[in-house]
Amino acid sequence: MATGTPLERKPLTFAERTYVPQILSGLKTTWQHLVRPKETLEYPEQRPAIPPGYRGVPTLVKDPHGREKCVSCQLCEFVCPPKAIRITPGEIAPDAPTGHVEKAPKEFEIDMLRCIYCGMCQEVCPEEAIFLQNQFSMTGYTREEMVNNKARLYELGGTLPDDHFKWDKKLEAEKHGNAH
Amino acid sequence: MASEFSYPDSAAKAAAGAQAAPAEFQTEKMSLSMGPSHPSTHGVLRLQMELDGEILTKADPVVGYLHRGDEKIAENMTYNQFVPYTDRLDYLAPLANNMAYAIAVERLAKLEVPARCQAIRVLTAEMARISAHLMGLGAFALDVGAWSVLLYALEEREKLYKLFEELTGARFTTSYTRIGGVTRDVPEGWLARTNAFCDQFLPILEEMLKLLTRNKIFMDRTVGVGVISKADALAYGLTGPNLRGSGVGLDLRKDKPYSGYEQYEFDVPVGTKGDCYDRYLVRGEEMRQSVRIIRQVIGKFPDGPWYATDAKRIFAPPKDKVMSSMEELIQNFMIVTEGPQIPAGEVYFEAENPKGILGFFIVSKGGGVPYRLKIRSPSFCNLSILPKVCVGNLISDVVSILGSLDFVMGECDR
Ligand code: SF4
Ligand code: SF4
Repeated sequence: MATGTPLERKPLTFAERTYVPQILSGLKTTWQHLVRPKETLEYPEQRPAIPPGYRGVPTLVKDPHGREKCVSCQLCEFVCPPKAIRITPGEIAPDAPTGHVEKAPKEFEIDMLRCIYCGMCQEVCPEEAIFLQNQFSMTGYTREEMVNNKARLYELGGTLPDDHFKWDKKLEAEKHGNAH
Repeated sequence: MASEFSYPDSAAKAAAGAQAAPAEFQTEKMSLSMGPSHPSTHGVLRLQMELDGEILTKADPVVGYLHRGDEKIAENMTYNQFVPYTDRLDYLAPLANNMAYAIAVERLAKLEVPARCQAIRVLTAEMARISAHLMGLGAFALDVGAWSVLLYALEEREKLYKLFEELTGARFTTSYTRIGGVTRDVPEGWLARTNAFCDQFLPILEEMLKLLTRNKIFMDRTVGVGVISKADALAYGLTGPNLRGSGVGLDLRKDKPYSGYEQYEFDVPVGTKGDCYDRYLVRGEEMRQSVRIIRQVIGKFPDGPWYATDAKRIFAPPKDKVMSSMEELIQNFMIVTEGPQIPAGEVYFEAENPKGILGFFIVSKGGGVPYRLKIRSPSFCNLSILPKVCVGNLISDVVSILGSLDFVMGECDR
Protein backbone atom coordinates (compact mmCIF):
# COMPACT_ATOMS: atom_id res chain seq x y z
CA MET A 1 0.00 0.00 0.00
CA ALA A 2 1.35 3.39 -0.90
CA THR A 3 2.08 5.65 1.99
CA GLY A 4 -0.08 8.70 1.68
CA THR A 5 0.85 12.29 2.27
CA PRO A 6 -0.98 13.35 5.42
CA LEU A 7 -2.98 16.52 5.02
CA GLU A 8 -2.24 19.38 7.28
CA ARG A 9 -4.93 20.71 9.62
CA LYS A 10 -4.29 23.94 11.39
CA PRO A 11 -6.53 25.19 14.18
CA LEU A 12 -8.38 28.43 13.58
CA THR A 13 -6.74 31.57 14.81
CA PHE A 14 -8.61 33.93 17.09
CA ALA A 15 -9.34 36.34 14.25
CA GLU A 16 -10.71 33.51 12.14
CA ARG A 17 -12.96 32.39 14.95
CA THR A 18 -14.58 35.80 15.09
CA TYR A 19 -15.62 35.21 11.47
CA VAL A 20 -14.78 38.82 10.62
CA PRO A 21 -11.93 38.09 8.13
CA GLN A 22 -14.15 35.60 6.34
CA ILE A 23 -16.94 38.13 5.93
CA LEU A 24 -14.53 40.72 4.60
CA SER A 25 -12.82 38.39 2.15
CA GLY A 26 -16.25 37.12 1.14
CA LEU A 27 -17.29 40.65 0.27
CA LYS A 28 -14.10 41.10 -1.71
CA THR A 29 -14.83 37.95 -3.70
CA THR A 30 -18.37 39.11 -4.37
CA TRP A 31 -17.13 42.44 -5.73
CA GLN A 32 -14.63 40.68 -7.93
CA HIS A 33 -17.38 38.54 -9.37
CA LEU A 34 -19.45 41.57 -10.24
CA VAL A 35 -16.93 42.56 -12.86
CA ARG A 36 -15.98 39.09 -14.13
CA PRO A 37 -17.45 38.02 -17.49
CA LYS A 38 -20.75 36.21 -17.29
CA GLU A 39 -20.69 32.44 -17.73
CA THR A 40 -24.37 31.81 -18.28
CA LEU A 41 -26.30 31.67 -21.51
CA GLU A 42 -29.82 32.90 -22.01
CA TYR A 43 -31.23 29.77 -23.54
CA PRO A 44 -33.23 29.52 -25.79
CA GLU A 45 -32.52 33.01 -27.19
CA GLN A 46 -28.81 32.24 -27.09
CA ARG A 47 -27.71 28.83 -28.21
CA PRO A 48 -24.53 26.99 -27.26
CA ALA A 49 -22.00 26.34 -30.01
CA ILE A 50 -22.15 22.70 -31.05
CA PRO A 51 -18.73 21.14 -31.73
CA PRO A 52 -18.21 18.92 -34.79
CA GLY A 53 -18.85 15.27 -34.05
CA TYR A 54 -21.61 16.09 -31.61
CA ARG A 55 -24.02 13.26 -30.92
CA GLY A 56 -27.46 14.76 -31.35
CA VAL A 57 -30.62 13.24 -32.77
CA PRO A 58 -29.90 10.33 -35.14
CA THR A 59 -31.00 11.05 -38.72
CA LEU A 60 -30.85 9.42 -42.12
CA VAL A 61 -28.91 11.24 -44.83
CA LYS A 62 -28.98 11.26 -48.62
CA ASP A 63 -25.97 11.48 -50.89
CA PRO A 64 -25.22 14.68 -52.86
CA HIS A 65 -27.33 13.36 -55.77
CA GLY A 66 -30.33 13.07 -53.48
CA ARG A 67 -30.24 9.28 -53.46
CA GLU A 68 -31.06 7.16 -50.45
CA LYS A 69 -27.94 5.69 -48.86
CA CYS A 70 -29.37 3.18 -46.43
CA VAL A 71 -29.54 -0.34 -47.84
CA SER A 72 -31.53 -1.68 -44.85
CA CYS A 73 -28.77 -4.04 -43.76
CA GLN A 74 -30.24 -3.69 -40.25
CA LEU A 75 -26.86 -3.53 -38.57
CA CYS A 76 -27.87 -0.39 -36.69
CA GLU A 77 -31.10 -2.02 -35.61
CA PHE A 78 -29.09 -4.93 -34.26
CA VAL A 79 -26.47 -2.89 -32.42
CA CYS A 80 -28.73 -0.26 -30.87
CA PRO A 81 -28.38 -1.02 -27.14
CA PRO A 82 -31.88 0.10 -26.10
CA LYS A 83 -33.48 -1.26 -29.31
CA ALA A 84 -34.80 2.11 -30.48
CA ILE A 85 -34.62 1.35 -34.21
CA ARG A 86 -37.17 -0.60 -36.22
CA ILE A 87 -36.56 -1.28 -39.88
CA THR A 88 -38.79 -2.91 -42.49
CA PRO A 89 -36.55 -3.83 -45.42
CA GLY A 90 -37.82 -3.26 -48.92
CA GLU A 91 -36.71 -3.92 -52.49
CA ILE A 92 -35.68 -1.43 -55.12
CA ALA A 93 -37.22 -2.16 -58.52
CA PRO A 94 -34.49 -3.66 -60.77
CA ASP A 95 -35.17 -1.13 -63.52
CA ALA A 96 -34.78 1.87 -61.21
CA PRO A 97 -31.60 3.98 -61.63
CA THR A 98 -30.23 2.51 -58.40
CA GLY A 99 -31.61 -0.93 -59.14
CA HIS A 100 -28.24 -2.60 -58.59
CA VAL A 101 -28.34 -1.57 -54.91
CA GLU A 102 -31.29 -3.95 -54.65
CA LYS A 103 -32.47 -3.00 -51.17
CA ALA A 104 -33.67 0.08 -49.33
CA PRO A 105 -35.75 0.44 -46.18
CA LYS A 106 -39.50 0.39 -46.69
CA GLU A 107 -39.98 1.84 -43.24
CA PHE A 108 -37.40 3.12 -40.79
CA GLU A 109 -38.41 4.23 -37.33
CA ILE A 110 -36.32 5.56 -34.47
CA ASP A 111 -38.13 5.86 -31.18
CA MET A 112 -36.66 8.93 -29.55
CA LEU A 113 -38.12 7.94 -26.22
CA ARG A 114 -35.82 4.94 -26.25
CA CYS A 115 -32.77 6.36 -27.99
CA ILE A 116 -29.88 7.15 -25.65
CA TYR A 117 -27.82 9.08 -28.23
CA CYS A 118 -24.96 6.61 -27.93
CA GLY A 119 -23.91 6.92 -31.55
CA MET A 120 -23.42 3.20 -32.12
CA CYS A 121 -25.75 3.18 -35.12
CA GLN A 122 -23.56 5.74 -36.86
CA GLU A 123 -20.45 3.87 -35.82
CA VAL A 124 -21.47 0.55 -37.34
CA CYS A 125 -23.31 1.67 -40.47
CA PRO A 126 -21.41 0.31 -43.49
CA GLU A 127 -23.05 2.84 -45.83
CA GLU A 128 -22.53 6.05 -43.82
CA ALA A 129 -26.26 6.50 -44.04
CA ILE A 130 -27.16 7.30 -40.45
CA PHE A 131 -25.68 10.25 -38.60
CA LEU A 132 -26.15 11.84 -35.23
CA GLN A 133 -26.28 15.52 -36.04
CA ASN A 134 -26.56 18.83 -34.23
CA GLN A 135 -30.10 18.80 -32.98
CA PHE A 136 -30.20 18.20 -29.23
CA SER A 137 -33.70 19.05 -28.09
CA MET A 138 -36.64 16.94 -29.16
CA THR A 139 -40.04 17.49 -27.71
CA GLY A 140 -43.52 16.23 -28.35
CA TYR A 141 -46.89 15.89 -26.72
CA THR A 142 -47.56 12.24 -27.47
CA ARG A 143 -45.56 9.05 -27.66
CA GLU A 144 -46.36 8.73 -31.37
CA GLU A 145 -44.89 12.14 -32.07
CA MET A 146 -41.62 11.05 -30.56
CA VAL A 147 -41.17 8.21 -33.06
CA ASN A 148 -39.32 9.53 -36.09
CA ASN A 149 -40.44 7.76 -39.23
CA LYS A 150 -38.47 7.48 -42.46
CA ALA A 151 -39.74 10.71 -44.00
CA ARG A 152 -38.99 12.65 -40.85
CA LEU A 153 -35.54 11.09 -40.51
CA TYR A 154 -34.61 12.17 -44.06
CA GLU A 155 -36.04 15.61 -43.42
CA LEU A 156 -33.90 15.97 -40.30
CA GLY A 157 -30.83 14.46 -41.93
CA GLY A 158 -30.64 16.31 -45.22
CA THR A 159 -27.64 15.71 -47.43
CA LEU A 160 -24.07 15.15 -46.37
CA PRO A 161 -20.99 15.02 -48.59
CA ASP A 162 -19.96 11.55 -49.73
CA ASP A 163 -16.31 10.54 -50.09
CA HIS A 164 -16.93 7.14 -51.55
CA PHE A 165 -19.91 6.86 -53.90
CA LYS A 166 -19.55 3.19 -53.22
CA TRP A 167 -22.45 2.00 -55.37
CA ASP A 168 -21.48 4.13 -58.37
CA LYS A 169 -18.04 2.55 -58.26
CA LYS A 170 -19.61 -0.87 -58.01
CA LEU A 171 -21.83 -0.21 -61.04
CA GLU A 172 -18.77 0.99 -62.95
CA ALA A 173 -16.90 -2.18 -62.00
CA GLU A 174 -19.83 -4.39 -62.98
CA LYS A 175 -20.00 -2.74 -66.37
CA HIS A 176 -16.36 -3.61 -66.86
CA GLY A 177 -17.15 -7.14 -65.89
CA ASN A 178 -15.36 -7.42 -62.55
CA ALA A 179 -17.83 -7.34 -59.75
CA HIS A 180 -16.36 -7.15 -56.18
CA MET B 1 -7.25 21.71 17.54
CA ALA B 2 -10.64 22.89 16.57
CA SER B 3 -12.24 20.10 18.54
CA GLU B 4 -14.08 22.51 20.78
CA PHE B 5 -16.54 22.94 17.93
CA SER B 6 -17.23 19.30 17.33
CA TYR B 7 -20.78 18.16 17.65
CA PRO B 8 -20.48 14.49 18.65
CA ASP B 9 -19.38 15.71 22.03
CA SER B 10 -22.54 17.70 22.41
CA ALA B 11 -24.49 14.83 20.90
CA ALA B 12 -22.95 12.45 23.40
CA LYS B 13 -23.68 14.92 26.16
CA ALA B 14 -27.29 15.18 25.06
CA ALA B 15 -27.53 11.38 24.85
CA ALA B 16 -26.09 11.00 28.33
CA GLY B 17 -28.45 13.69 29.55
CA ALA B 18 -31.41 11.85 28.08
CA GLN B 19 -30.34 8.65 29.83
CA ALA B 20 -29.96 10.42 33.13
CA ALA B 21 -33.32 12.17 32.90
CA PRO B 22 -35.97 11.07 35.36
CA ALA B 23 -38.39 8.44 34.12
CA GLU B 24 -41.24 10.86 33.50
CA PHE B 25 -39.09 12.73 30.94
CA GLN B 26 -38.13 9.60 29.00
CA THR B 27 -39.82 9.83 25.64
CA GLU B 28 -40.61 7.28 23.00
CA LYS B 29 -38.24 6.79 20.13
CA MET B 30 -39.40 8.04 16.80
CA SER B 31 -38.80 6.47 13.42
CA LEU B 32 -38.22 8.72 10.51
CA SER B 33 -37.53 8.05 6.86
CA MET B 34 -35.08 10.29 5.12
CA GLY B 35 -35.40 9.81 1.39
CA PRO B 36 -35.75 8.20 -1.12
CA SER B 37 -36.64 11.67 -2.28
CA HIS B 38 -34.77 14.08 -0.05
CA PRO B 39 -32.39 16.85 -1.12
CA SER B 40 -29.52 15.66 1.05
CA THR B 41 -29.62 11.98 0.16
CA HIS B 42 -28.21 12.73 -3.30
CA GLY B 43 -30.49 10.61 -5.34
CA VAL B 44 -32.67 7.82 -4.16
CA LEU B 45 -31.09 6.62 -0.95
CA ARG B 46 -33.53 6.05 1.85
CA LEU B 47 -32.29 6.20 5.39
CA GLN B 48 -34.61 4.53 7.88
CA MET B 49 -33.74 6.25 11.13
CA GLU B 50 -34.72 5.78 14.73
CA LEU B 51 -34.44 8.94 16.78
CA ASP B 52 -34.23 9.71 20.42
CA GLY B 53 -35.01 13.41 20.35
CA GLU B 54 -32.55 14.66 17.80
CA ILE B 55 -30.07 11.87 18.22
CA LEU B 56 -29.94 8.86 15.99
CA THR B 57 -30.13 5.55 17.72
CA LYS B 58 -30.38 3.53 14.54
CA ALA B 59 -29.81 4.18 10.85
CA ASP B 60 -30.60 1.66 8.14
CA PRO B 61 -29.82 2.55 4.57
CA VAL B 62 -32.40 1.16 2.17
CA VAL B 63 -30.99 0.86 -1.31
CA GLY B 64 -32.30 -0.43 -4.61
CA TYR B 65 -34.65 2.30 -5.76
CA LEU B 66 -32.55 2.80 -8.87
CA HIS B 67 -31.95 -0.85 -9.59
CA ARG B 68 -31.95 -1.50 -13.32
CA GLY B 69 -30.42 -4.95 -13.46
CA ASP B 70 -27.28 -3.82 -15.27
CA GLU B 71 -25.49 -7.06 -14.51
CA LYS B 72 -28.22 -9.14 -16.12
CA ILE B 73 -28.49 -6.72 -19.02
CA ALA B 74 -24.80 -7.27 -19.68
CA GLU B 75 -25.36 -10.98 -20.24
CA ASN B 76 -27.69 -10.20 -23.11
CA MET B 77 -25.54 -7.97 -25.23
CA THR B 78 -22.10 -7.82 -26.76
CA TYR B 79 -19.19 -6.37 -24.81
CA ASN B 80 -19.26 -3.13 -26.78
CA GLN B 81 -22.99 -2.64 -26.44
CA PHE B 82 -22.60 -2.60 -22.67
CA VAL B 83 -20.36 0.48 -22.71
CA PRO B 84 -23.30 2.97 -22.63
CA TYR B 85 -24.59 1.17 -19.55
CA THR B 86 -21.31 1.79 -17.73
CA ASP B 87 -21.88 5.53 -18.26
CA ARG B 88 -24.84 5.20 -16.01
CA LEU B 89 -23.07 3.60 -13.08
CA ASP B 90 -21.30 6.57 -11.55
CA TYR B 91 -22.94 9.11 -13.79
CA LEU B 92 -20.74 11.89 -12.47
CA ALA B 93 -17.65 10.27 -13.94
CA PRO B 94 -18.73 8.21 -16.95
CA LEU B 95 -15.31 8.40 -18.60
CA ALA B 96 -13.67 6.68 -15.65
CA ASN B 97 -16.29 3.91 -15.72
CA ASN B 98 -15.84 3.44 -19.46
CA MET B 99 -12.14 3.02 -18.94
CA ALA B 100 -12.44 0.57 -16.04
CA TYR B 101 -14.82 -1.62 -18.01
CA ALA B 102 -12.75 -1.59 -21.19
CA ILE B 103 -9.58 -2.50 -19.31
CA ALA B 104 -11.36 -5.36 -17.52
CA VAL B 105 -12.42 -6.92 -20.82
CA GLU B 106 -9.03 -6.27 -22.38
CA ARG B 107 -7.33 -8.06 -19.47
CA LEU B 108 -9.59 -11.03 -20.18
CA ALA B 109 -8.60 -10.93 -23.84
CA LYS B 110 -4.92 -10.40 -22.89
CA LEU B 111 -4.94 -7.40 -25.16
CA GLU B 112 -2.51 -4.53 -24.77
CA VAL B 113 -3.71 -1.21 -26.10
CA PRO B 114 -1.17 1.22 -27.58
CA ALA B 115 0.46 3.91 -25.46
CA ARG B 116 -1.57 6.71 -27.02
CA CYS B 117 -4.82 4.98 -26.14
CA GLN B 118 -3.63 4.48 -22.57
CA ALA B 119 -2.67 8.14 -22.31
CA ILE B 120 -6.06 9.27 -23.64
CA ARG B 121 -7.78 7.06 -21.10
CA VAL B 122 -5.70 8.32 -18.17
CA LEU B 123 -6.30 11.88 -19.27
CA THR B 124 -10.05 11.46 -19.53
CA ALA B 125 -10.23 9.53 -16.25
CA GLU B 126 -8.44 12.31 -14.40
CA MET B 127 -10.67 14.93 -15.97
CA ALA B 128 -13.63 12.85 -14.88
CA ARG B 129 -12.17 12.72 -11.38
CA ILE B 130 -12.00 16.51 -11.25
CA SER B 131 -15.55 16.87 -12.50
CA ALA B 132 -16.82 14.26 -10.02
CA HIS B 133 -15.01 15.80 -7.07
CA LEU B 134 -16.23 19.26 -8.05
CA MET B 135 -19.76 18.01 -7.95
CA GLY B 136 -19.12 16.05 -4.75
CA LEU B 137 -17.66 19.04 -2.93
CA GLY B 138 -20.22 21.45 -4.32
CA ALA B 139 -23.11 19.29 -3.16
CA PHE B 140 -21.45 18.66 0.20
CA ALA B 141 -20.98 22.38 0.78
CA LEU B 142 -24.55 23.03 -0.30
CA ASP B 143 -25.79 20.48 2.21
CA VAL B 144 -24.03 22.22 5.06
CA GLY B 145 -25.23 25.61 3.91
CA ALA B 146 -22.63 27.07 1.55
CA TRP B 147 -24.32 27.95 -1.72
CA SER B 148 -21.55 29.65 -3.63
CA VAL B 149 -19.22 26.65 -3.70
CA LEU B 150 -21.70 24.75 -5.82
CA LEU B 151 -21.84 27.61 -8.29
CA TYR B 152 -18.08 27.61 -8.63
CA ALA B 153 -18.14 23.87 -9.05
CA LEU B 154 -20.81 23.91 -11.72
CA GLU B 155 -19.03 26.62 -13.65
CA GLU B 156 -15.78 24.66 -13.76
CA ARG B 157 -17.55 21.42 -14.48
CA GLU B 158 -19.26 23.07 -17.40
CA LYS B 159 -15.86 23.87 -18.89
CA LEU B 160 -14.87 20.24 -18.51
CA TYR B 161 -18.12 19.14 -20.10
CA LYS B 162 -17.39 21.37 -23.09
CA LEU B 163 -14.13 19.50 -23.49
CA PHE B 164 -15.84 16.12 -23.11
CA GLU B 165 -18.43 17.17 -25.64
CA GLU B 166 -15.76 17.98 -28.14
CA LEU B 167 -13.88 14.75 -27.53
CA THR B 168 -16.68 12.23 -27.28
CA GLY B 169 -19.71 13.95 -28.78
CA ALA B 170 -21.65 14.03 -25.53
CA ARG B 171 -21.34 15.98 -22.32
CA PHE B 172 -22.61 13.43 -19.91
CA THR B 173 -23.11 9.96 -21.30
CA THR B 174 -19.80 9.74 -23.04
CA SER B 175 -19.65 6.01 -24.00
CA TYR B 176 -16.11 6.76 -25.03
CA THR B 177 -14.24 3.47 -24.85
CA ARG B 178 -14.57 0.39 -26.96
CA ILE B 179 -12.92 -2.92 -26.24
CA GLY B 180 -9.42 -2.40 -27.60
CA GLY B 181 -9.52 1.36 -27.90
CA VAL B 182 -11.65 4.44 -27.84
CA THR B 183 -14.29 5.72 -30.25
CA ARG B 184 -12.22 8.56 -31.68
CA ASP B 185 -8.85 10.19 -31.45
CA VAL B 186 -8.40 13.54 -29.69
CA PRO B 187 -9.46 16.41 -31.95
CA GLU B 188 -7.08 19.05 -33.27
CA GLY B 189 -6.07 21.52 -30.58
CA TRP B 190 -7.99 19.73 -27.86
CA LEU B 191 -4.94 18.99 -25.74
CA ALA B 192 -3.97 22.65 -25.76
CA ARG B 193 -7.46 23.58 -24.68
CA THR B 194 -7.29 21.02 -21.87
CA ASN B 195 -3.99 22.51 -20.76
CA ALA B 196 -5.53 25.97 -20.84
CA PHE B 197 -8.37 24.67 -18.70
CA CYS B 198 -5.85 23.43 -16.11
CA ASP B 199 -4.09 26.79 -16.07
CA GLN B 200 -7.22 28.73 -15.28
CA PHE B 201 -8.68 26.00 -13.07
CA LEU B 202 -6.04 25.97 -10.33
CA PRO B 203 -6.54 29.57 -9.13
CA ILE B 204 -10.30 29.09 -9.19
CA LEU B 205 -9.97 25.85 -7.26
CA GLU B 206 -7.97 27.68 -4.61
CA GLU B 207 -10.58 30.40 -4.48
CA MET B 208 -13.31 27.82 -4.12
CA LEU B 209 -11.54 25.82 -1.42
CA LYS B 210 -10.70 29.01 0.42
CA LEU B 211 -14.41 29.47 0.98
CA LEU B 212 -14.47 26.30 3.04
CA THR B 213 -11.10 25.25 4.39
CA ARG B 214 -10.76 28.02 6.96
CA ASN B 215 -14.42 28.72 7.35
CA LYS B 216 -15.59 28.47 10.94
CA ILE B 217 -19.15 27.55 10.05
CA PHE B 218 -18.01 24.81 7.71
CA MET B 219 -15.53 23.52 10.28
CA ASP B 220 -18.15 23.54 13.00
CA ARG B 221 -20.27 21.29 10.85
CA THR B 222 -17.53 18.91 9.76
CA VAL B 223 -14.57 18.76 12.16
CA GLY B 224 -14.91 15.75 14.41
CA VAL B 225 -18.22 14.77 12.81
CA GLY B 226 -18.67 11.30 11.38
CA VAL B 227 -15.29 10.00 12.45
CA ILE B 228 -14.41 6.71 10.77
CA SER B 229 -11.42 4.95 12.26
CA LYS B 230 -8.79 3.30 10.12
CA ALA B 231 -9.85 -0.15 11.27
CA ASP B 232 -13.54 0.52 10.59
CA ALA B 233 -12.81 1.97 7.19
CA LEU B 234 -10.92 -1.18 6.24
CA ALA B 235 -13.42 -3.55 7.85
CA TYR B 236 -16.37 -2.02 5.99
CA GLY B 237 -14.57 -2.09 2.66
CA LEU B 238 -14.47 1.64 2.19
CA THR B 239 -12.41 2.79 -0.76
CA GLY B 240 -11.43 5.98 -2.51
CA PRO B 241 -11.35 9.37 -0.81
CA ASN B 242 -13.45 8.02 2.07
CA LEU B 243 -10.81 5.42 2.92
CA ARG B 244 -7.97 7.85 2.40
CA GLY B 245 -9.75 10.37 4.59
CA SER B 246 -9.36 7.84 7.39
CA GLY B 247 -5.64 7.72 6.86
CA VAL B 248 -5.19 4.60 4.74
CA GLY B 249 -3.08 5.41 1.71
CA LEU B 250 -4.63 2.88 -0.65
CA ASP B 251 -4.75 4.17 -4.18
CA LEU B 252 -4.77 1.63 -6.99
CA ARG B 253 -3.23 4.11 -9.36
CA LYS B 254 -0.11 3.77 -7.22
CA ASP B 255 -0.49 0.31 -5.73
CA LYS B 256 -1.60 -1.65 -8.79
CA PRO B 257 -0.97 0.73 -11.68
CA TYR B 258 -2.97 0.20 -14.85
CA SER B 259 -3.11 2.02 -18.15
CA GLY B 260 0.36 3.48 -17.59
CA TYR B 261 -0.30 5.27 -14.31
CA GLU B 262 3.16 4.21 -13.14
CA GLN B 263 4.71 6.83 -15.44
CA TYR B 264 3.11 9.75 -13.71
CA GLU B 265 4.09 11.40 -10.49
CA PHE B 266 1.45 12.34 -7.99
CA ASP B 267 0.83 12.26 -4.26
CA VAL B 268 -1.81 10.27 -2.45
CA PRO B 269 -3.31 12.61 0.12
CA VAL B 270 -4.57 10.99 3.31
CA GLY B 271 -6.46 12.38 6.25
CA THR B 272 -5.36 12.21 9.87
CA LYS B 273 -8.68 12.02 11.75
CA GLY B 274 -11.19 10.36 9.45
CA ASP B 275 -13.90 12.95 9.98
CA CYS B 276 -16.02 14.77 7.39
CA TYR B 277 -13.48 17.56 7.24
CA ASP B 278 -10.70 15.13 6.32
CA ARG B 279 -12.77 13.66 3.53
CA TYR B 280 -13.31 17.17 2.25
CA LEU B 281 -9.57 17.93 2.41
CA VAL B 282 -8.70 14.73 0.58
CA ARG B 283 -11.05 15.54 -2.33
CA GLY B 284 -9.70 19.05 -2.59
CA GLU B 285 -6.13 17.83 -2.74
CA GLU B 286 -6.96 15.05 -5.20
CA MET B 287 -8.16 17.64 -7.68
CA ARG B 288 -4.80 19.37 -7.50
CA GLN B 289 -3.07 16.02 -8.01
CA SER B 290 -5.31 15.24 -10.98
CA VAL B 291 -4.28 18.49 -12.59
CA ARG B 292 -0.68 17.43 -12.05
CA ILE B 293 -1.33 14.12 -13.78
CA ILE B 294 -3.18 15.77 -16.66
CA ARG B 295 -0.25 18.10 -17.29
CA GLN B 296 2.19 15.19 -17.30
CA VAL B 297 0.04 13.20 -19.71
CA ILE B 298 -0.22 16.15 -22.08
CA GLY B 299 3.50 16.85 -21.66
CA LYS B 300 4.48 13.45 -23.04
CA PHE B 301 1.47 12.60 -25.15
CA PRO B 302 2.50 9.61 -27.27
CA ASP B 303 2.00 9.40 -31.03
CA GLY B 304 0.89 6.30 -32.83
CA PRO B 305 -2.37 4.43 -33.15
CA TRP B 306 -5.14 5.12 -30.65
CA TYR B 307 -6.67 1.64 -30.79
CA ALA B 308 -5.33 -1.89 -30.93
CA THR B 309 -4.72 -2.17 -34.68
CA ASP B 310 -3.77 -5.84 -34.56
CA ALA B 311 -6.92 -6.97 -32.74
CA LYS B 312 -8.82 -7.79 -35.91
CA ARG B 313 -11.54 -9.72 -34.15
CA ILE B 314 -12.04 -7.23 -31.32
CA PHE B 315 -11.86 -3.66 -32.58
CA ALA B 316 -13.86 -2.71 -35.65
CA PRO B 317 -11.87 -1.49 -38.67
CA PRO B 318 -11.77 2.20 -39.62
CA LYS B 319 -14.80 3.50 -41.52
CA ASP B 320 -12.87 4.31 -44.69
CA LYS B 321 -11.85 0.70 -45.05
CA VAL B 322 -15.35 -0.57 -44.32
CA MET B 323 -16.63 1.61 -47.14
CA SER B 324 -14.08 0.48 -49.67
CA SER B 325 -12.94 -3.06 -48.96
CA MET B 326 -14.90 -6.28 -48.79
CA GLU B 327 -12.69 -7.86 -46.14
CA GLU B 328 -13.10 -5.00 -43.69
CA LEU B 329 -16.81 -4.84 -44.42
CA ILE B 330 -17.17 -8.44 -43.32
CA GLN B 331 -14.92 -7.86 -40.33
CA ASN B 332 -17.10 -4.92 -39.25
CA PHE B 333 -20.20 -7.06 -39.69
CA MET B 334 -18.79 -9.89 -37.61
CA ILE B 335 -17.67 -7.68 -34.72
CA VAL B 336 -21.02 -5.94 -34.60
CA THR B 337 -23.23 -9.00 -34.79
CA GLU B 338 -21.15 -11.49 -32.82
CA GLY B 339 -19.36 -9.04 -30.57
CA PRO B 340 -15.63 -8.70 -29.94
CA GLN B 341 -14.20 -12.21 -29.68
CA ILE B 342 -13.01 -12.70 -26.12
CA PRO B 343 -11.51 -16.05 -25.04
CA ALA B 344 -13.07 -18.13 -22.27
CA GLY B 345 -11.90 -17.36 -18.76
CA GLU B 346 -12.45 -15.16 -15.76
CA VAL B 347 -11.10 -11.80 -14.82
CA TYR B 348 -11.42 -9.37 -11.95
CA PHE B 349 -10.16 -5.89 -12.58
CA GLU B 350 -10.58 -2.89 -10.37
CA ALA B 351 -9.79 0.73 -11.04
CA GLU B 352 -9.45 3.74 -8.80
CA ASN B 353 -12.55 5.74 -9.67
CA PRO B 354 -13.46 9.11 -8.17
CA LYS B 355 -15.82 7.44 -5.71
CA GLY B 356 -13.56 4.54 -4.86
CA ILE B 357 -12.65 1.19 -6.33
CA LEU B 358 -14.86 0.14 -9.20
CA GLY B 359 -14.40 -3.53 -9.98
CA PHE B 360 -15.65 -5.72 -12.81
CA PHE B 361 -15.70 -9.47 -12.49
CA ILE B 362 -16.33 -11.07 -15.83
CA VAL B 363 -16.80 -14.72 -16.69
CA SER B 364 -16.56 -15.54 -20.35
CA LYS B 365 -17.34 -18.78 -22.09
CA GLY B 366 -15.75 -17.38 -25.24
CA GLY B 367 -17.43 -15.30 -27.89
CA GLY B 368 -18.79 -11.80 -27.84
CA VAL B 369 -21.13 -11.84 -24.86
CA PRO B 370 -20.18 -12.14 -21.18
CA TYR B 371 -21.53 -15.20 -19.40
CA ARG B 372 -21.67 -13.30 -16.12
CA LEU B 373 -20.66 -9.78 -15.24
CA LYS B 374 -20.50 -8.60 -11.65
CA ILE B 375 -19.92 -4.99 -10.71
CA ARG B 376 -18.29 -4.07 -7.43
CA SER B 377 -19.47 -0.54 -6.98
CA PRO B 378 -17.66 1.72 -4.51
CA SER B 379 -20.75 3.67 -3.47
CA PHE B 380 -22.54 0.51 -2.38
CA CYS B 381 -19.65 -0.57 -0.16
CA ASN B 382 -19.09 2.95 1.14
CA LEU B 383 -22.72 3.19 2.22
CA SER B 384 -22.43 0.03 4.30
CA ILE B 385 -20.77 2.08 7.03
CA LEU B 386 -23.79 4.34 7.50
CA PRO B 387 -25.40 2.34 10.38
CA LYS B 388 -22.09 2.51 12.20
CA VAL B 389 -21.13 6.10 11.60
CA CYS B 390 -24.51 7.80 11.90
CA VAL B 391 -25.59 6.42 15.26
CA GLY B 392 -25.09 8.83 18.14
CA ASN B 393 -25.00 11.86 15.92
CA LEU B 394 -27.49 14.65 15.66
CA ILE B 395 -29.84 14.45 12.72
CA SER B 396 -28.33 17.57 11.19
CA ASP B 397 -24.91 15.91 11.29
CA VAL B 398 -26.25 13.06 9.22
CA VAL B 399 -26.56 15.57 6.40
CA SER B 400 -22.85 16.38 6.74
CA ILE B 401 -21.93 12.72 6.87
CA LEU B 402 -23.95 11.84 3.78
CA GLY B 403 -22.46 14.77 1.91
CA SER B 404 -18.93 13.85 2.92
CA LEU B 405 -19.30 10.22 1.83
CA ASP B 406 -20.11 11.46 -1.70
CA PHE B 407 -21.95 8.48 -3.10
CA VAL B 408 -23.96 8.15 -6.25
CA MET B 409 -26.97 5.91 -6.34
CA GLY B 410 -26.75 5.03 -10.02
CA GLU B 411 -23.71 3.01 -9.13
CA CYS B 412 -24.88 1.77 -5.75
CA ASP B 413 -28.11 0.29 -7.09
CA ARG B 414 -26.89 -0.41 -10.64
S1 SF4 C 1 -28.69 2.96 -41.63
FE1 SF4 C 1 -26.82 1.92 -42.16
S2 SF4 C 1 -26.66 0.27 -40.65
FE2 SF4 C 1 -28.76 1.01 -40.59
S3 SF4 C 1 -29.83 -0.34 -41.99
FE3 SF4 C 1 -29.23 1.45 -43.15
S4 SF4 C 1 -27.30 0.88 -44.06
FE4 SF4 C 1 -27.67 -0.58 -42.43
S1 SF4 D 1 -27.92 6.67 -31.05
FE1 SF4 D 1 -27.73 4.72 -29.98
S2 SF4 D 1 -29.70 4.49 -28.99
FE2 SF4 D 1 -29.99 6.06 -30.54
S3 SF4 D 1 -30.71 4.96 -32.33
FE3 SF4 D 1 -28.50 5.08 -32.52
S4 SF4 D 1 -27.75 3.18 -31.59
FE4 SF4 D 1 -29.86 3.44 -30.93
